[in-house]
Amino acid sequence: MAGKGRGVAAFTFNIEALGIGRGSMPEARVGPSPLFPNTDFKPVPLKAGEDEDYMLALKQEMRGTMQQLPHNIKPQSNKAEVERYTERYLKQRQIDDENWTPDWNLLPKELMPQKKKPRAKPEAKKKTVKISRKDTEALLTKLDELEKKGDGNPEKSDDETEKKKGNDEEEEEIEAEEYDEEDIEEENDYIDSYFDNGEDFGAGSDDNMDAEATY
Amino acid sequence: MHRGTLGKSNRRAEQGLPLSTNSSVGKMTAQEVRLCGLLLREHFGEVVEKVGTHLLKGGAQNLRTIIHETGISLDLVKKSLCVLVQHGACVFRSGRKGAGSPAEYQTCCDRILRILRYPRYIYTSKTLYGDTGELIIEELLQRGHMTMSGTVKTVADRLTQNMEEGRSMDYSEVSSTFFRLVETHFLQRCPPLAGPEPKDSATPAAPAPPGTPATPVSTAPPTPESFPDCYKVPHVTLVGRGKRQLASEDGEDQRNAKKAKMDSQTHGDEGICWQVNFERFHLHFRDQAIISAVANKLDQTSSEIVRTMLRMSEVTTSPTATCTKPLSANEIFRSLPTSYNIPRPILDQYLTLLIDDPMEFVGKAGESGGGMYVVNMHRALANLARATLESVVQERFGSRSARIFRLLLRKRHLEQKQVEDFAMIPAKEAKDMLYTLLSQNLVQLQEIPKTPDYAPSRTFYLYTVNQLPTARMLLQNCYKTVANLVERRLFESKESKRLLEKSQRIEAILASLQASGAEPEQLTEVEEMITAPEKQQLDALRLHINKLDSAENQVDETIFLLESYINSTASTS
Repeated sequence: MAGKGRGVAAFTFNIEALGIGRGSMPEARVGPSPLFPNTDFKPVPLKAGEDEDYMLALKQEMRGTMQQLPHNIKPQSNKAEVERYTERYLKQRQIDDENWTPDWNLLPKELMPQKKKPRAKPEAKKKTVKISRKDTEALLTKLDELEKKGDGNPEKSDDETEKKKGNDEEEEEIEAEEYDEEDIEEENDYIDSYFDNGEDFGAGSDDNMDAEATY
Repeated sequence: MHRGTLGKSNRRAEQGLPLSTNSSVGKMTAQEVRLCGLLLREHFGEVVEKVGTHLLKGGAQNLRTIIHETGISLDLVKKSLCVLVQHGACVFRSGRKGAGSPAEYQTCCDRILRILRYPRYIYTSKTLYGDTGELIIEELLQRGHMTMSGTVKTVADRLTQNMEEGRSMDYSEVSSTFFRLVETHFLQRCPPLAGPEPKDSATPAAPAPPGTPATPVSTAPPTPESFPDCYKVPHVTLVGRGKRQLASEDGEDQRNAKKAKMDSQTHGDEGICWQVNFERFHLHFRDQAIISAVANKLDQTSSEIVRTMLRMSEVTTSPTATCTKPLSANEIFRSLPTSYNIPRPILDQYLTLLIDDPMEFVGKAGESGGGMYVVNMHRALANLARATLESVVQERFGSRSARIFRLLLRKRHLEQKQVEDFAMIPAKEAKDMLYTLLSQNLVQLQEIPKTPDYAPSRTFYLYTVNQLPTARMLLQNCYKTVANLVERRLFESKESKRLLEKSQRIEAILASLQASGAEPEQLTEVEEMITAPEKQQLDALRLHINKLDSAENQVDETIFLLESYINSTASTS
């Protein structure tokens, strides 16, 4: 504070060493520099030529293409019930590799989507309940079959055989059981909503109709 | 190294503070993370952006942590990680706590920043290998990595699409271009999995890297070059021609047709994926930069001589070498292209000129064989970077400030008075310019004490410029610039979103009308749905977006130069 009345700035050392005289100090800053300062020198114009135009076109094309590949993951948005007129035309442009399957040899196992998801989730949490469910389902199937014995082909085994044909032979048993339970789950509204998580409703089911990228 | 300057609190922010201090691999600055986030969003969507930026900021993490901290659902996180790994942006390895812990994922921003350079890679392969090469590189860049058979088929189909009716592209032509790309190392195999579950049986052609499954923790992910079969093309049976895709209005038909085409025929190369070798492209760009600099500074013939020298040393020089292997003048004379009929003495004169040039592109390494000459890569890159810095100062602050800057670069340390004298600028203006440069951190102050107590009256204060830290700072500025350009472009598109959608809709209607053969009156009627002022607005919007995109491409050229210089200096020191 010693030099307050006498000069603008007072320093602890001899400012002459820096070659700055008292009168030639620049103005002190009163705050942070402005966000959009005035530029005295305008920037040089962009290069323009065949090469640059071609690369510009490449860039825009690539951006457009990559936005339509299945790599582009869109968040699950709440789509309006009625499909807008525009959507119909824009959808035609989607590249239809909906079933992009990466090479699982190059990725860690844990990233594979769980095919047995509807079963795995309740299985992890409520094992005991599951076992009893299995028993009750077995009982139910048995009772159903006994009931419908006279009708010829019971509906259940019909579905079973159909689904069996569609699957690989290795996973036949497991898949058949799985679809059996899925069938029962979907039919029986009570149990479905009882254990409903909301999370795997849209994403985990195999009948995903939307044009979202699934494996 | 430059020592502290007076009051540098806000200057560190300009230099870009490193963000992630817990990861030992690659500290990312805030600007880099921001730019990576924008690039991920534009190309892969917002979900991948969130996952990617979270990984960038937080270092290596396992799956549970990512899900917990980002709040995104499990399957979306899984898909995002698959996409990131597919494109090489993310690597995974077994956890640090031992063999049993879950896999950890780590992202590095370098790979993501390469997305800016994709158009340049594609254009280069077009100039070197024609349309076929262009499409091969484009497909591989879009998909991350693919098998050779998949690439060949897709490219043949695309080429066939653009050919005249009745003609189609043979697979063998595309395969031969693929071979050439692999021969010249522009393409390389993806490294086989060396993670928690080594699946060596899946890739019989590529021998397992020695010792990898035994060690649970590897500090750095193995580079593709460390595998011996990196550039070996597998034996592939691929016979056929490209198929022309029939244009049909109904989306269903297209889907069915594509599905029928994708029916798997095994070609003997399952599991062997190929990716683009960015380093090789970078070497090519570096050589191009040196050659064009010589052409600008000297003349066409000198640049041809340098081009010949670089071509001769392509295979004998390692990527990180500071200079090529010595070449004798006799060899150069024999390898010159036949269109250049320079007699031998003239060649010697040119070489002497090149040596004497202050840019030091070419150096002399001996006298045998008529003189042994080398191309100084590192020196050339340093000079190119220096020229960039000088040009930046000139364009932002004027030619007199640039004169001071160049002076300080050459003379290293100068006092205030000396600067005024050498630059021949009046004292008051010189001071002003020096302060401006100092406040922008392009120039630093160095204190040299005369006495141990650092008394200000008895200390020398010297102005100095350090090229390497200044180059780093400008590189961060470039990243910030590109991020700003991208944000502005997104803003402009969002502002006119309604208009853009309308024009897209009308284009789609026009296309479908034309395909079904409508009369010209109908077409003009549809075209007039866009009013004249809207058309003007659309044209202005297109112009702005093109300008912003083109600016991004050109800033990337500067980024490449500065990055090459910094990497080259880091590897030599």
